[in-house]
Amino acid sequence: MNDIPLLPIIGDAEIALLEKLSNANAVSGDEGEVRAIVLEQVRPLVDEVKVDALGNVLAVRKARQPGALRVMLAAHMDEIGFMLTSDGEDGLFSFALVGGIDERILPGKPVKVGKDHVPGVIGAKPIHLQEEGEDERSIPVDSLKIDLGPGGENKAKKGDRATFATTFQRVGPSLIGKALDNRLGVATIIELLRHAPDSIELIGAFTVQEEIGLRGARVAAYAINPDLAIAIDSTPAYDLPLWDGSENTVYNTRLGAGPAIYLTDSSTLSDPRIIQHLVRSAEAEGIPYQFRQPGGGGTDAGAIHKQRAGIPSVSVSVPGRYAHTPALVVRLEDWQNTLRLLHSALRRLTPDVLAEPRP
Amino acid sequence: MKSLIQKLVESIGPSGYEGATREIVRAEIAGLGDEQHIDALGNLIVRKGHKAANGLRIMLSAHMDEIGIIATHIDENGFVRFTTIGGVRPHTCFGGRVQFVNGVRGVIGGERLESQDKVHTFEQMYIDVGASSRADCPVKVGDMAGFERPFLDLGNRLVAKSMDDRISVAVLIEALRQFPANSPHEVYFVFSTQEEVGLRGATTAAYAIDPDLGISVDVTATGDMPKGPKMEVGLGKGAAIKVRDGGMLSDPRLVRFLVNTAEQHNIPYQLEILEGGTTDARVIQITRAGVPAGCISIPCRYIHSPSEMVDYGDVQNVVRLLTATLSGPITLE
Amino acid sequence: MSDTLLPLLKKLLSLSGLSAYEAPVREVIAEAWQPLVDELSVSRLGSLHGLRRGQGAEPRRRILLAAHMDAIGMMTTQVVDGLLRFTEIGGIDPRILPGQPVIVHGRRELPGYVVQPADRLLPKALRGKPVPMSHLLVDVGLPADEVAELVRPGDLISFAQPPIELGETVLAGHSQDNRASVTAVTACLQELQHMRHAWDVWAVATAQEEETLGGGFTSPFEIRPDLCVAIDVTFARGPGVSSDQRAFPLGKGVTLGWGPNIHPALFEAFQTLAKQQDIPFHLEVMPRHSGTDAYATQIVAEGIPSIVIGIPLRYMHTPVELVSLKDIRRAGHLLAEFIATLQPDFMNEITWDKANE
Repeated sequence: MNDIPLLPIIGDAEIALLEKLSNANAVSGDEGEVRAIVLEQVRPLVDEVKVDALGNVLAVRKARQPGALRVMLAAHMDEIGFMLTSDGEDGLFSFALVGGIDERILPGKPVKVGKDHVPGVIGAKPIHLQEEGEDERSIPVDSLKIDLGPGGENKAKKGDRATFATTFQRVGPSLIGKALDNRLGVATIIELLRHAPDSIELIGAFTVQEEIGLRGARVAAYAINPDLAIAIDSTPAYDLPLWDGSENTVYNTRLGAGPAIYLTDSSTLSDPRIIQHLVRSAEAEGIPYQFRQPGGGGTDAGAIHKQRAGIPSVSVSVPGRYAHTPALVVRLEDWQNTLRLLHSALRRLTPDVLAEPRP
Repeated sequence: MKSLIQKLVESIGPSGYEGATREIVRAEIAGLGDEQHIDALGNLIVRKGHKAANGLRIMLSAHMDEIGIIATHIDENGFVRFTTIGGVRPHTCFGGRVQFVNGVRGVIGGERLESQDKVHTFEQMYIDVGASSRADCPVKVGDMAGFERPFLDLGNRLVAKSMDDRISVAVLIEALRQFPANSPHEVYFVFSTQEEVGLRGATTAAYAIDPDLGISVDVTATGDMPKGPKMEVGLGKGAAIKVRDGGMLSDPRLVRFLVNTAEQHNIPYQLEILEGGTTDARVIQITRAGVPAGCISIPCRYIHSPSEMVDYGDVQNVVRLLTATLSGPITLE
Repeated sequence: MSDTLLPLLKKLLSLSGLSAYEAPVREVIAEAWQPLVDELSVSRLGSLHGLRRGQGAEPRRRILLAAHMDAIGMMTTQVVDGLLRFTEIGGIDPRILPGQPVIVHGRRELPGYVVQPADRLLPKALRGKPVPMSHLLVDVGLPADEVAELVRPGDLISFAQPPIELGETVLAGHSQDNRASVTAVTACLQELQHMRHAWDVWAVATAQEEETLGGGFTSPFEIRPDLCVAIDVTFARGPGVSSDQRAFPLGKGVTLGWGPNIHPALFEAFQTLAKQQDIPFHLEVMPRHSGTDAYATQIVAEGIPSIVIGIPLRYMHTPVELVSLKDIRRAGHLLAEFIATLQPDFMNEITWDKANE
């Protein structure tokens, strides 16, 4: 083969795009900011692009050969965050959580609110005024407010969304930012569309509402009805030392160990044929990979594989520490290797992979 | 039928890895159906019969998969940490035996407990496959296993792991064998997958088949044990016609039809209201534009333990009820 | 016209029609809709579909109005010594049950009461405490052998509380959730008799909302509308929910849902219209699951732009649910006005680019 597309390499331009994506606000149901970036990026790369009824971006890069497999790559654009639930008397807004957020991490955090990214804070009671033992109880979200300061009631309104106000940064081998779950996946699909192999039809599905129930991926997969699907996401790395020094057996994934291939989570038992194809591709090209520990959690694959008559599906994730908090930490090399693995697997994909029934 | 049941219940086929069980079914039904295929999720779908003017396209579903475990970590001394596939309960695990899909066998052990009154949590348990280090452990992360327990024939009562739902797989095979020559229906026998993790196989099979009527066959709990749950269903009292369970309400018209059919044919039956759990019928019901759906259940004690017990008479009555149902027109009113 | 609404609602609140067993209420709704629509049909799941054709050129766009007709209630699980054990259909707080009049739908309809056994008959741990449903019973006042003849496991138990008029505009009863909305859809159909509308209108009384959102998934799949509106009840302020951000004043307007289940451009269109027409409304923030059929309609097939209109209601999932007729009329009026404004090319406005501006 002499038409192998250039291997996607992550350089400054790719990191700048991830930075832009990470700093954008896109709480589930309100993904417009990220959608605008995605549309701008993919329009020159694909043959067709549409935005569907839920706000998913579906971008089709057709095969340049007949008889090609139709492959759906899904990455969710949305992130966890907040929604204002009151009119903000004195600039203080009550709020609800959107997606899975540990309410213990909320007090004392800066946030940005609405389309204009109005700065605000989630306050906390001074330690001086607390009663004995108060610090042993977590503070319920009902008693917290987002404070936009004097006149804040005119800067935002009930129903507006808010996110943590973290700014993306690059630190040594790491990338740190909010919403890298799953802007990493979004950026990865953009690069794969940029370097798409001619031998398959590649459909990039930039999905909405993953964090509140895999809702965008469901209708996207129904509409696309692909031969197979790969959900690209970020998965937690709990690879920290245990307090008693014993062996950590519940790390989920480890930073620096390469892309995490899903075997099973709460929502999907990955198709063993595609797992095998990924493993063979990685081993053929010497790309490091790891299996995510089987367990809970779920990705867009959970919705995709059950659409219509069934769609063989798998998930591949970039490991990241501290998901669903203000700042995730990931390794650049893991992202690069995820991109390499997926590119290799897509290039090597033929209908033979699915010729035999699922074991 | 007992030897078929034994073969089915002793096969290892946790959710997503039903291949071994599916092979047994495939061999049993060879030549019986008009057409068969395996879909993307591994469902084995067998079509039988033709839809006459007064007939329906019917989906029957019994799931092949069973609850099990999956390896999450091999520690430095070769002990296998695991998590569960489907609704495994911790108090049924310690001291039990498992068999991995790749044939490796092991026993479930547990860390020392502070109090003997406590039950091990899954995090406190591990599988010992006789290895002494990570390097010589024949199990790797992601390998799946089912519980191992031989079939026990107590005469009228049969005991095994995975009676849920291999007993219904046997029922469907038997119903296919006895398929009435005069049936006006086009019937899809679906040996479904991934039921225990969320009715996933039936979801896609029902979409593909687009049936006029759906009936799942599955086990249901009973209330006939010492200080058992307050529940009317009991072993040996006949085929259980489901009125509702924790996930759905059976189509009342189908319930009425099944009750009438049982009464006309003198087939012992009981009405089932199950307050937890659900079956493939839940997802069949809300497929596409909606499908009238219900379930015929086989009463079963100790569900999701390695010793699930059913009554052989009930099993035969479910076969009779299914066969009677398929033998003539079905009116839903 | 609208003077027929109160009698209709009272009739609807006097019927059973529990989830999956909607036939009794479906028949009455069909009767009310018959003169207002061009076609009536029943889906395979039991939802009622009424089609009122638009006057636009074919092919016409379609809007689906979904109001669930199923009610919560109970189901017999065991018959013991002439008394009935039961479980719930839909979510019921067992603390409202003792002393509640019910109808047991056995071989014939049997009036009865939910009863709470005396403390001396309960496990020690429950004495003086709220009694869980598993320990409550239904007594139909008949001898045990007669009850055994008449009642079987699976027989339905519905609330028998007749509707109560509280003043001129407020009605209390069981199943206001969501027959109040069915009445609002009826009001909309009545108004449409005198209006021109380009789009086809599919009025749907959905089945099984309280259990699986069954009608919310299956009816839009069959009809494939361009837009869906779920009309459902929402929380009204009252005892226990006075200052809650999730509750709205009774009789002071409908709510328009806002959140991930709702298409923002559709919300915008409704909001603009409501302001123009001086129809009072409140913004109802729905950060996650809207708790209505819209949760389903939005993700049917390739996805359908959806919105939720709420009618405030006090004491949800009790047999004395309170709703103001004013809000029911407002909901019907808003729907009719919206449908009348729908131009054949309206879908061009339902875009995400616009919503992002």
